[in-house]
Amino acid sequence: MATAGRDTTRAEVEEFLYEEAALLDEWRLEEWLALLTDDIQYSVPSTDTPDGEPDETLFLIADDALRVRSRVDQLLGKTAWAENPRSRTRRMIGNVRIREAEEGQIRAISNFVVHRVRHDRVDTYVGRYEHLLVRENGTFRIRKRRAILDMESLREVGKVSFIL
Amino acid sequence: MPGEEAYGPAVDRSALGLARPPRTASYRGFIFVSFDPAIESLEEYLADARDYVDLVADQSEAGMEITAGTQRYGIRANWKLLCENSIDAYHGAITHARYMRFLSSTGGLSLDSVLDPGGGGHARSLGNGHAVMEYPSPWGRPIAHWVASFGEEKRAELEQIERKLAELHGVERAKRIAHMSRNLLIFPNLVINDIMAITVRSFFPIAPNEMLVSAWNLAPVDEKPDARAMRFDNFLTFLGPGGFATPDDVEALESCQRGFANPEVGWSDISREMNRADPMPTGELQMRTFWRRWNELLTRERSQQRMGVERLTA
Repeated sequence: MATAGRDTTRAEVEEFLYEEAALLDEWRLEEWLALLTDDIQYSVPSTDTPDGEPDETLFLIADDALRVRSRVDQLLGKTAWAENPRSRTRRMIGNVRIREAEEGQIRAISNFVVHRVRHDRVDTYVGRYEHLLVRENGTFRIRKRRAILDMESLREVGKVSFIL
Repeated sequence: MPGEEAYGPAVDRSALGLARPPRTASYRGFIFVSFDPAIESLEEYLADARDYVDLVADQSEAGMEITAGTQRYGIRANWKLLCENSIDAYHGAITHARYMRFLSSTGGLSLDSVLDPGGGGHARSLGNGHAVMEYPSPWGRPIAHWVASFGEEKRAELEQIERKLAELHGVERAKRIAHMSRNLLIFPNLVINDIMAITVRSFFPIAPNEMLVSAWNLAPVDEKPDARAMRFDNFLTFLGPGGFATPDDVEALESCQRGFANPEVGWSDISREMNRADPMPTGELQMRTFWRRWNELLTRERSQQRMGVERLTA
C-alpha cells in the first residue's frame, strides 16, 4: 500500500478545495484549468440519476479536457450569453472527508452550497463534490471532479452555465 | 379501506381511485395524453407530423428508447417562447456562436451537403399547429452523418449504419434520415429535435412567465456502447442546462420575457419570409403555424359567440 494517503491530512485537502473555490468565484478560470490533469473528467449528473455514469446515462455536464478547456475559453469570451454579464458566485465548502487514498491518489468528498447571483436573483445549488486528486510537487491536481446536486430538478436555478 | 362502515352505502369505492386523463393514445411508442374527451384520433391529430415521428422511429429496427437521466429545468419565460425557439434556425449563428466555434475548431462542422447542395432545407406546416424545419446537417449525427471530430475509425461504422437503413427503407429515405437534421414541434408542447442527437422535450407553464422543461435522450435500443457514448458527447455539447447552447437559448428567452414586461412592447414580429413560396428554416413559418393554431383554439369560441350575436342583431 502506498503511503500517500497517510501522508495527506484533511487540512491539506481543505486548503486545496478552498483555493479552488476562490479561483472559481473570482473567475480566475485559466488558473483553475492549470489545476486539472490532462485526463480530467468534470461532470454533473442529471438530478434524477446522481449515481449514473456518463457513457450510459444522460448527464448535465460530462466534459473531457478538450471540452472543459473550451468551456473556460467560452466563459472568458463574449458570446457565452448566459454568462455575459457574468454571474457572481460564492461557494461554501465543508464536511471534507478523505475516503480513499492510494498510489498517490486521494478521493475527497465535500459538501457544497454555491450561491449564484444574477439579475437580482440569488439561486442556490446544494450538493457534494467528489474530487479525485493526484499529488504533484507538494500540492494536488484534479483528475476527476464530479458535482452531485441534491436538488430534485433545476426548476429554481434553471441552468449550470458557470463552472459548478 | 379502513373504517369503511363509517361511509354510507352510496359511497362508490371504484370512483375513488386516481383521476384518469380523458384520453390516452400512442403512436410509434410515443404516448400522448389529452384532456379533451372529444378530441379526434391521435393519427388524425398528428396529421403530417406522423411522417417526421416516423423518420425518428425508423432509425433502428430494434426500436428506440429513452435513456436514463432527465434534464429537468426551469425557464423564467412564457412557455410559448420555447415553442418558437425550438424550431427556429434564424437565431443559430448568433445565439450559438460559441457552439459553432467549438465545432469548427474541433472538426465537428460539416458544411457540405449530401442531399441539398447549396440549399438550406425547408420549413413546413404539418397541420393542427405542428411544424418542422429540416436541413442538411451542419454537425455530425450518430445516425449517421460523419464529421472529422468523430475520428476516422468511426467513418466505416456510420457508413454501415446508413447501408443498413438503405436496406430497410431504401437509399433515398436512408440518406434523408442520416444526413438531414430535423426540429419538430408537435402542438402544443412536445419537441422532438433530431439534430446532433435526439432530444425529446416537453414543457409546461407553471406561471405566465415561468415553465418547467423535461428533456430526455432518445437512442436506438441496440446501439453499441461506444456509439452510445459518442451520442451522449454530441448531445451534451449542445443540449441541456449545462451544454454549450441551451443555456444561451434560455438566456435569450428570459431576456425577451423581461422585455415583454414593458407595456410599450405590443407585438413580437414573426413576419420573416412571409413573402417566400418555399419557406426556409431561417424564416418564421414555423412560428406562425404554432401561433395561428393557438389563436384559433383560444378565440374560436369567442368569435363564434360574436358571430352569433351579430346574426341576432342583424
